[in-house]
Amino acid sequence: MNEKEPTQIQLPFDDDVLDSLRAGDAVRFSGVIHTALDHAHRELAHAIERDEELPFDPNGQVIYYSGPAPASPGTILGPAGPTTAARMDPYAPLLIKRGLAGIIAKGRRSPEVVEILKEHRCIYFAAIEGTAALLSSRVREASVIAYPELGAQAMHRLVVEDFPLVVANDLHGGDIYRHNIPEWRELAKKHIAERDNSER
Amino acid sequence: MNIRTVDEETIVSEVRRLCIESNITLPTSHLCALRRAKASEPSALGREVIEQLLENSKIAEAARVPFCQDTGTAVVYLDIGSEVHIETQDLTAAINEGVRRGYEEGFLRKCIDRGPLQRENTGDNTPAIVYYNHVPGDKVKITVLVKGGGCDNMSALTMLTPAEDEKDVIQFVVDVIEKAGPSASPPVTIGVGIGGTFEYAAYMSKRALTRETGESNPEPYLAELEQKILDAVNSTGIGPAGYGGVTTALAVNLESWPTHDSSFPVAVNLDCHSHRHMNVEI
Repeated sequence: MNEKEPTQIQLPFDDDVLDSLRAGDAVRFSGVIHTALDHAHRELAHAIERDEELPFDPNGQVIYYSGPAPASPGTILGPAGPTTAARMDPYAPLLIKRGLAGIIAKGRRSPEVVEILKEHRCIYFAAIEGTAALLSSRVREASVIAYPELGAQAMHRLVVEDFPLVVANDLHGGDIYRHNIPEWRELAKKHIAERDNSER
Repeated sequence: MNIRTVDEETIVSEVRRLCIESNITLPTSHLCALRRAKASEPSALGREVIEQLLENSKIAEAARVPFCQDTGTAVVYLDIGSEVHIETQDLTAAINEGVRRGYEEGFLRKCIDRGPLQRENTGDNTPAIVYYNHVPGDKVKITVLVKGGGCDNMSALTMLTPAEDEKDVIQFVVDVIEKAGPSASPPVTIGVGIGGTFEYAAYMSKRALTRETGESNPEPYLAELEQKILDAVNSTGIGPAGYGGVTTALAVNLESWPTHDSSFPVAVNLDCHSHRHMNVEI
């Protein structure tokens, strides 16, 4: 229910910015993010468990749960929309504890992950499923940084500009999926009743 | 009686074209409904989501890329006039050839596996799901519905009892929507089939999705029921992308059919905001 304009965020995050964000805020990212899907998460988790060096340092970084399709001729990146966050819930705590500052995906997270996000100061941002053309059009550079053998599931480093997102879980316990819908239930009923009255 | 002929290549090339175009261009009636919803949505965040959906469709159309990376199952309906002969030895094979070419040449993601327990991709998005209807006249109408996985997964069917009434139909649809929450990618389009038999209700609920957005059932009682269901669904508060708001669904398309005196099938098929369908009459 925020009436304000989207907040422009330059990556990497400034600590004050992280604190100021609230669930439901519309934001625009500019800077570097990294894609990782199921297989890349499994590889990263294995490396952490075996205490091996990671192909990228999660500290202060942002991971985007997306598997970009191959680029068609003349484009930087194929369609790259967000995938369901819950699938990465088993792996996410390992990376969050390594200092990950932000995650981009869609859909609810488990209560355990929500708790760990808050405790380790990581924000979960939601992108809109099915807006792959829009999201890919905001990618300025793309390169594979790890696990090239995984194809679409390889980790990509993306430089994005004006990448449209919404804060889903903030650092203060705010949760867009768990809080906004109950809040809107009463408002929606009222809105429809008022519309019917005005039509009469 | 004069029998018109349509050649196989026409079927192949039209199916190919419909698969590509429906993945790149949203139906005008759907875009209009999104614009209207943006104007009436009281949630600022909800309006922002709808704005992004509209912008996404503009970018996809301009760049000729699919607007969603889930380029779906190709569901193809053929309404064949009785005064037409299609010159082919295997019409289903011709339709699949059209789907194959469309997904290859349109840079569309291949989404189809050999079976739910045999997870190898078929490599060309075939086989399509094909339905044939014989209708009067000398035309062939091809309708392609590109069905995303996420929203189909959130669909459901129930067998009510004849003791139940329209309240129970409304409640069942609301239950399906509540359970789906953000996962069906709202604002959704809701296809509802009531009556017929178990599988025919499901058929109707999916075919109803190919109706133009805003077109009501021609029977006034059923059109009124569509509106009641829409209001009940939009009172859930789920809103665009599940971020809260009034626009949970853009339309309810309901079809009813005669049914056994002891039966009351109700099927609900959801389509996400990437509502892709297109048809051509040959």
